[in-house]
Amino acid sequence: MLDGRSQVRRRAGPRLWLSGGWLTALALAAIFASFLSPHDPLAQDLFLGRMPPFWVDSAEPGYFLGTDSLGRDVLSRILYGSRVALTVALIAGTLTCLIGASLGLLAGYLRGWVDVVVSRLIDIWMAFPPVLFSILLIAVLGPGLISIIIAIVVIDWTRFARVVRAEAMAQGAMDYPASAQVAGRTRLSTMLVEILPNVLPTIVALLTLEMGIAVIVEAILSFVNLSISTDDPTWGGMISEGRVSIYQAWWVIVFPLITLFLTVLSFSQLGEGLKDRFDPVLR
Amino acid sequence: MSFLSISNLSVRIAGTTTRLLRDVALSVSPGEVHGLVGESGAGKSMIGKAVLGILPRSVEIISGQIELDGTDLLTLPPAEHRRRIGQSCALIPQDPMTALNPSRRIGPQITDRLVDILGWNRAKARERAVELLHEVHIPDPDRILRSYPHELSGGMRQRILIASAFAAEPKLIIADEPTTALDVTVQKQILKLIKEMQERHNTALLFVTHDLGVVSKICQSLSVLYGGLVVEATDVHGFFRAPSHAYSRALLAATPKYTDPEASLTPVPDAVITEVNAQVDAVDREWRGG
Ligand SMILES: Nc1ncnc2c1ncn2[C@@H]1O[C@H](COP(=O)(O)OP(=O)(O)OP(=O)(O)O)[C@@H](O)[C@H]1O
Ligand SMILES: [Mg+2]
Repeated sequence: MLDGRSQVRRRAGPRLWLSGGWLTALALAAIFASFLSPHDPLAQDLFLGRMPPFWVDSAEPGYFLGTDSLGRDVLSRILYGSRVALTVALIAGTLTCLIGASLGLLAGYLRGWVDVVVSRLIDIWMAFPPVLFSILLIAVLGPGLISIIIAIVVIDWTRFARVVRAEAMAQGAMDYPASAQVAGRTRLSTMLVEILPNVLPTIVALLTLEMGIAVIVEAILSFVNLSISTDDPTWGGMISEGRVSIYQAWWVIVFPLITLFLTVLSFSQLGEGLKDRFDPVLR
Repeated sequence: MSFLSISNLSVRIAGTTTRLLRDVALSVSPGEVHGLVGESGAGKSMIGKAVLGILPRSVEIISGQIELDGTDLLTLPPAEHRRRIGQSCALIPQDPMTALNPSRRIGPQITDRLVDILGWNRAKARERAVELLHEVHIPDPDRILRSYPHELSGGMRQRILIASAFAAEPKLIIADEPTTALDVTVQKQILKLIKEMQERHNTALLFVTHDLGVVSKICQSLSVLYGGLVVEATDVHGFFRAPSHAYSRALLAATPKYTDPEASLTPVPDAVITEVNAQVDAVDREWRGG
């Protein structure tokens, strides 16, 4: 006999473990990239260009995932690339979340003029096409890690603000915040102690989703060469470089693509899994 | 001497001339149960919210006094207002499903007020919570205090809300249709429980309902509200013997009798609605003119 609740819980299990496991491995790879990488990710060796991955007969021992056209080790570059990807995911995701969720919470619960201002701001923001907006921003700010983070925050805070505002408004219309205020809570403390915990599962799901989005945005900007200006390896840069030799050396583009895909998928799945975990009604 | 005394209270939708409450006056003494009756949208909850300082942002008080124990709440700064309400008033809300915070355990939701306002320590507050749950006939209080709201039935939650309302020994409780969301058998138990608790603690109770049957059971006095206007305020015996306002008579005729639930009911006649609407308009004309 299973009711809906325990089924949700059963499904949340492996999803949480798999996505969490992949992201933990990635985080470790980013932190210990210099120990784990078999080669210097920047070292070129023109005699070792376009070596295939280890299971192909002509593979060069020691280069597990092959080399690119300049003879650089693909595995090492992917490991180092996770640094940029995760830095952008964590910093941009968290900042976007903090700004967007705070504004949404204030607008949705306090209503009044705060809501008028925030809602108007969201409306104006939504009128800009995001891709154009981001390219414009980078063009103004100049390429670089910090520019990417700023661009993501500036563009995506509305995603949090809209959803959190709606949810805070729904929670605020219930009887429990009114009861808390009758019991002597200020509006601010009601918002933080009563409303916020009920909006938190949604915020967490949005946050991890946003981290996935940040990884994609960073990859896209690297792909069009608007990301960081140095030679530091990035997944998007690798995909861009691998594109030209896709018929001669598919591994140069496929491995970073798979890594990117699994990472983004893991972020969104982690969010869904955590949301179920956080939700007292499903817990 | 009444504990709560409202006079001349008018509330409007902010920035408009639409009044939701029209010069409302009513008072409740310690140990008294005052019924607030009227159809949906009459403004019953609005009165309770005005007293407790939890009106929605979109409405504003434009005139009147709300005296609590001789002090006009509307002249107090917000922090002082909140403190007074927290110390001497409590609310039993309409919908037990949304009146408890779904993400917090029951225990702290009952004891918060004791800790925050009365300054008790957690252990003492928890002891009191256990005692209160016994009082509202909840078995195994220790387990309940550790539960989340969704683990409990509607009747159980309403008992908890009642316990929580009486926790800090308030002088005034406002019960906003506390039994409407429950099924009939549970309704009767909860009503009995509220009455029992109110008598034991000698609380002033403002009981909002649209059910005159309930009023006849637990109230000593009542106000009939229509369109934000008190059309009749009287004691219960007088009311059920001979209601003086046509609208009250119609309302009474539209209420099922416990003695004869099968008797045919007459809905409020159109003529009466027209009459009471005219009265509301007259009051508004006078208000605009003055
Ligand atoms: N936030 C609000 N802004 C503007 N008008 C409101 C707001 N909330 C309620 N009203 C209006 O105030 C009037 C009184 O509402 P109130 O909730 O007090 O009715 P009630 O007598 O409690 O009815 P019910 O039995 O349905 O609970 C209604 O006409 C309603 O439309
Ligand atoms: Mg109501």
